Amino acid sequence: MALHSPWSRYKLRLRRKRLLWRAFRSRHQLTVRQNRTRRIASGDILLFSTMRNEALRLPHFLAHYRQLGVRHFLIVDNGSTDETAAILQAQDDVSLWQTQASYKTARFGMDWLTWLLRRYGHGHWTVTVDADELLIYPQWDTKDLIALTQHLAGRGHPSLGALMLDLYPKGSPDQQSYRPGANPTDTLPWFDSHGYWCERRGQHKSVSVLGGVRARKFFQSDPAFAPVLSKVPLVRWHRSYVYFSSTHVALPPVLNAHHDLAGQERLTGVLLHTKFLPGTGARAKAEKARGQQYTRGPAHGAYYDALAQAPDLWTPDSVRFTGWRQLVELGLMTRGDW
Amino acid sequence: MSVGVVMLVHTAFDRAEQVARHWAAAGCPVVIHVDKQVPRAAFAAFERALADVPQLSFSRRFRCEWGTWGLVAATQATSEQVLASFPEVRHVYLTSGACLPLRPVSELIDYLADRPQTDFIESATTSEVPWTVGGLEAERFTLRFPFPWKRHRFLFDRYVALQRLLRVERKVPGGLVPHIGSQWWCLTRQTLSAILQDPQRQLFERYFRRVWIPDESYFQTLVRQYAINIESRSLTLSKFDFQGKPHVFYDDHLQLLRRSDCFVARKIWPHAHRLYDAFLTDPARAMKKTEPNPGKIDRIFAKAVTRRTRGRPGLYMHSRYPRKGREYGLTAAPYSVFQGFAELFENFEDWLAKATGARVHGHLFAPDRAQFADKMTVMNGALSDSASLRDYNPDAFLTNLIWNTRGERQCFQFGPGDTQAISPRLAKDPNAQISVISGAWAVPLFRSNADFVDLRKAAAEMQKVESAYLDTLRATETKARVRIWTMAEFIEAPMEPLQTILDEIDPRPQHRLAEAPRMADLTGFGQFLQNLKNQGMHPYLMGDFPVDQGTVVQDRDAPRKPYLVR
Repeated sequence: MALHSPWSRYKLRLRRKRLLWRAFRSRHQLTVRQNRTRRIASGDILLFSTMRNEALRLPHFLAHYRQLGVRHFLIVDNGSTDETAAILQAQDDVSLWQTQASYKTARFGMDWLTWLLRRYGHGHWTVTVDADELLIYPQWDTKDLIALTQHLAGRGHPSLGALMLDLYPKGSPDQQSYRPGANPTDTLPWFDSHGYWCERRGQHKSVSVLGGVRARKFFQSDPAFAPVLSKVPLVRWHRSYVYFSSTHVALPPVLNAHHDLAGQERLTGVLLHTKFLPGTGARAKAEKARGQQYTRGPAHGAYYDALAQAPDLWTPDSVRFTGWRQLVELGLMTRGDW
Repeated sequence: MSVGVVMLVHTAFDRAEQVARHWAAAGCPVVIHVDKQVPRAAFAAFERALADVPQLSFSRRFRCEWGTWGLVAATQATSEQVLASFPEVRHVYLTSGACLPLRPVSELIDYLADRPQTDFIESATTSEVPWTVGGLEAERFTLRFPFPWKRHRFLFDRYVALQRLLRVERKVPGGLVPHIGSQWWCLTRQTLSAILQDPQRQLFERYFRRVWIPDESYFQTLVRQYAINIESRSLTLSKFDFQGKPHVFYDDHLQLLRRSDCFVARKIWPHAHRLYDAFLTDPARAMKKTEPNPGKIDRIFAKAVTRRTRGRPGLYMHSRYPRKGREYGLTAAPYSVFQGFAELFENFEDWLAKATGARVHGHLFAPDRAQFADKMTVMNGALSDSASLRDYNPDAFLTNLIWNTRGERQCFQFGPGDTQAISPRLAKDPNAQISVISGAWAVPLFRSNADFVDLRKAAAEMQKVESAYLDTLRATETKARVRIWTMAEFIEAPMEPLQTILDEIDPRPQHRLAEAPRMADLTGFGQFLQNLKNQGMHPYLMGDFPVDQGTVVQDRDAPRKPYLVR
C-alpha cells in the first residue's frame, strides 16, 4: 500500500472539511415534514436516503430494512409527485424532510444526507442507500444488522463494503409486472455473474469495482465511464465523516479499506439494485428532461438515451439469482470470518 | 454427587439468568461472579431476578479485564465459595455468561460421575502448541505485564520492548512448568482444593499476577502438580478465529452444535433466540452415551479459517485485492494457451475439444472481439466479447474468465496478431501452460491471396511481435509452464509434442492420442519463406526450413487425410 504523503493527506482533510461545510450550508434547503428523531435510542441502526417518486419500491424497501433491524428511517424527499411522501408520513419509524432544490447541485443528494448523518447519525451504525438498493450480506436471512455490526465492531472495522449488483428481467423492463410490496427479485431474477473488474484508487484506499450488465450493454465503447459498483453503505458514523462521490467513497479513507492486500477475504455484502423494475424507460426520460442526472463524459448522454428505450438486458448466459450462498460462491460477496 | 457451576458474567444478564436457572433446575449449585465494572444498579437487578433460585449465590466481585489477573481472582473466590457452601459437590465446572449447555445437564452429571477422579482441563506446554496469536509465547511467562493490553496498548508494547532490551527473565517459582490451555475447565474437588489451599499459593499468585493472560495458564499450570488423572481437553466447545478472537455461535449453527455432542458451547450470541430456545427448553432428549465430538466442527472451521486467511486464489473483488506477490495464485485454475497450433492445423480447436473435453476458445485476445468457443458473444455469467471492454482491463478479463469457469478446463489461442497487453500476465501465472510453435503465423500468410508487398510487411510485423513475446516467456521471472518449438522442429515429429500437451491437460494414464489434427497443406511453404528472404525480410522464428521442406512433409503423409498413431 502506498504511503500517503502528509500533503495528500492534508488535501483529503481539506476536501472533507469542504464537504462538511457544503452539507452544513445545504441544511436550509430541507423542510421538516415529520420529525420523529426523538424516538431514536442510542445504539439504534439508522437508515438515510434521498428519494424521488419511489412509491413503487417503498413498501418492500421499508419491509426489507425493518427485517434487517433498521430502527429509524431518515428520508429526504426531493420533490416527489407520486405518493412517496404520503407513504412515508404514514410510517411510525420515518422522519421526513422535503426539498425542491436541485438534486445535482446538492451532489446528488449527498449534501443533504451528510447534514442529516452529522446531525443524527453520530455514534450510530448507519445505512445510506438509494430506494432501489437492497443491502444483503452472507447469512442476512438469519443474522440481522445488529449481529453484523457487533461483529464488525469487534474486528475494529468501521464500515462494510458492498457491490451493487444490477438485477434485470428477461425482456424489456417496462413489459414486466410488479406489485408494490412484492419481492423485486421475483420480477428481476437475472444478473451478470461475470465481467467485473477492479481498480485500486490508492488515494482513497479504495478498490473500485466496475463492469457488470450496464458496462456490457451501454459502455462497451467507453469502459472507463461505466458505473462504479462498489459502495460503502454501512458505516459506524462519526460527525466528521463524509461521503464523497455518492456512497462509493467515504472519507476518511479508512472507511473504504474493505479489501485485504494480503490475499485474505474480508466480509462484504451486495446491494441488490432494483433499477430495472417497470418504469425504467419513463424514468430515464424524465431524468434527462430534468437535467438532474449524473453525467460524466459523453458516454452518459448515450446511456440515458439507451435506458429510455428500456432495452432487454437478458442474454442466455445471464445467471438466475438464488440467494446469498450463490453470490458467495461466485465471489461477488465474501464471508470473511463472519 | 453433584456438579457445582461457577459462572463468570459481565454482560447479557437476561441470558445469564436463563442459563443459571437451567443449571439450578437440574440440581447443580451455582455461584455467580459479576464483573465489578458492571454498574451497581444492573448488578442489583440481576441479583433480584435470581433471588428465588435455591442453591444459587453470588461471590465477591473483582474487576475483570481481559488478559489480567482479575479473572483468576474471580475464579478462585467463586470456586472457594462453591466448595465451602456445597460439600456434596465433586466436580466444579467453570463457565461464562455466554456459555450454553447443549446436552441435558443430567447427562453431564452422569458423565462426570463415571469419571470421579478425572480433571478436564486443556493443559499443554507453551513450546509444543502453536495456539498463541501475537508473538508472545514463552515470553508470557518470563516478562512482566502490569499494563492491560486493551486500555494501555502503548505502555504494554513499550514495557515489553524495554524488558526485551534489558533481557529481563523471570524465574518460574517452585519448579513449575508453565502450561497453557482453554480457560474453561471442569476440576474435581480434590484437585481444585489442593490448588486453592496450597501452602505456596501466595508465592504462585505473586508470580502469576504479572503473567500475560493468567486465566489461560494459572490453573493449567498448577493442575499438573496435583491432579491424579488429567484429560487435557475442555468439555466446553469454543472456537477461535485466526486472530485469536472467540468465535460467536448464531442461530444458524444449531444443527452444527447438535452434532458436536459437546456438553457446553461458547460464545453464544445473546440474540440467538433459536439456540437458547432449542437447547434450554428441549425436553430431556434420549440419553446418548456418546463422547463429545468437537472434531466435526473443527473441520468446518478449519476450512473457514483457510478461506479467511488465504482467500480463494484467482478472485479479485473489493473484498480481496491482494498486492503483488500475495495472490496465492494469479488465477483460479490451470489453463492452456496455444500459439501457432490453429495456424498449422486446420481443425485444431475442434480436435482439441474432442480429445480433451476442455472448453477451447479461439483467439480470446483478437483485436476485433474475444472469440469465445462456439462463437458465443457472451460467456458463462455474461462476460462480454467486446474488445474494448476486454482491452480496458485485460488482466481482469482473463482472471474473470478462469474464475467463472472453475471446474472446466479452458484453452485458448494466442498469436502475434492479437492484443499483446496480456502477455506479461500470462508469463507470470503458474497456472498458464503455454505452448508455442514459433513462426507458424507465416502459414496463413502463405495461404492467403494477398499482394506480396503486403505479406512482407505483415510478416515483418508478426515476427517482431512474436519475438518480443518469446523474450517475455524466456525471461527468468516467468512462472508459466512454457514449451516452445520452432515450426521446423514441430513438423518434423508432431505427434510427440501433441501427446505431451494432451497429457498435461488430462493426466489420466492410457490417454493415447487416437487421432491427430489435420495439418495445413505446406507444399511450397519453403519457397514462400525463401521469397521473403529474397525480398530482404528474414523469417527466422520458424527455424531452418529447406526450400523443399513442405514437399517432404506432404510426401510422407498424404494431404487432407487424418492419420492414426498407435
